[in-house]
Amino acid sequence: MKLLRERTEKQRLGESLIIQTSVRLMVPFVQLFGLYVIVHGHYSPGGGFQGGVILGSSFVMLALAFDQKSSLRLMSERANAILGNTGAIIFVGVGALCAICGGLFLDYSALDVLIPLGPVEWRSFGIFLVEVGVGLAVMSIMVSLFWDLGSAGKMDEGL
Amino acid sequence: MKALALLATLITGSILLYGTMDFPAWGDPQDPAAVYLSPYYIENAVRETHVPNLVTAILGDYRGYDTMFETVVIYCAGMVVVSVLRRSKNDRPENKT
Repeated sequence: MKLLRERTEKQRLGESLIIQTSVRLMVPFVQLFGLYVIVHGHYSPGGGFQGGVILGSSFVMLALAFDQKSSLRLMSERANAILGNTGAIIFVGVGALCAICGGLFLDYSALDVLIPLGPVEWRSFGIFLVEVGVGLAVMSIMVSLFWDLGSAGKMDEGL
Repeated sequence: MKALALLATLITGSILLYGTMDFPAWGDPQDPAAVYLSPYYIENAVRETHVPNLVTAILGDYRGYDTMFETVVIYCAGMVVVSVLRRSKNDRPENKT
């Protein structure tokens, strides 16, 4: 670890104006693409897992191009934890809501009682809700795995 | 103790391998999944869920339970890594005398 840090400091790999500028330009588009992959999972390859990983990779890119501490200003640990827990709760909550509304667990057509869209449309929309939950959870877990492994749990400058 | 663990692993592994001998052959058109399940999904998934992408329909609806626990597994993995690796400022080794 120390050796790596000395080596990177000697080669000045840490700070590069070109990398920082290009990452700064790329991040919004990467995040937009991640959201697109999540919400377009009904019509094209993709879905919660893939989109969540793409969303998470944008924060990993920020942590690599700048240092991890300054990337934590853009996405704090607290916000990350809240998003991840929300994602997991959305999935389980939608499933439990189906059971509460009189159907089976994760039988989205039962949600027709709440907002009458029709059972078939609710099955489509229920998949969307669930995919959003998966996306949030996967994004948060990816980012927190990178933060913890990259900085040995200290949340300092990291790699 | 190590030998016991190895023995348990070997026995479990061989039982699992023995169990796979009853599986239908790879890509067999007569296996139950290909005879009943896949045609059902292909014929009914779009009508029943209005999702043109069959993979998403199966993953999110027919196999929602599976996907839910996939998410829970990833979530648990993340929580375990955080709880093992994350150090608060107070219990860094250099702060301990």
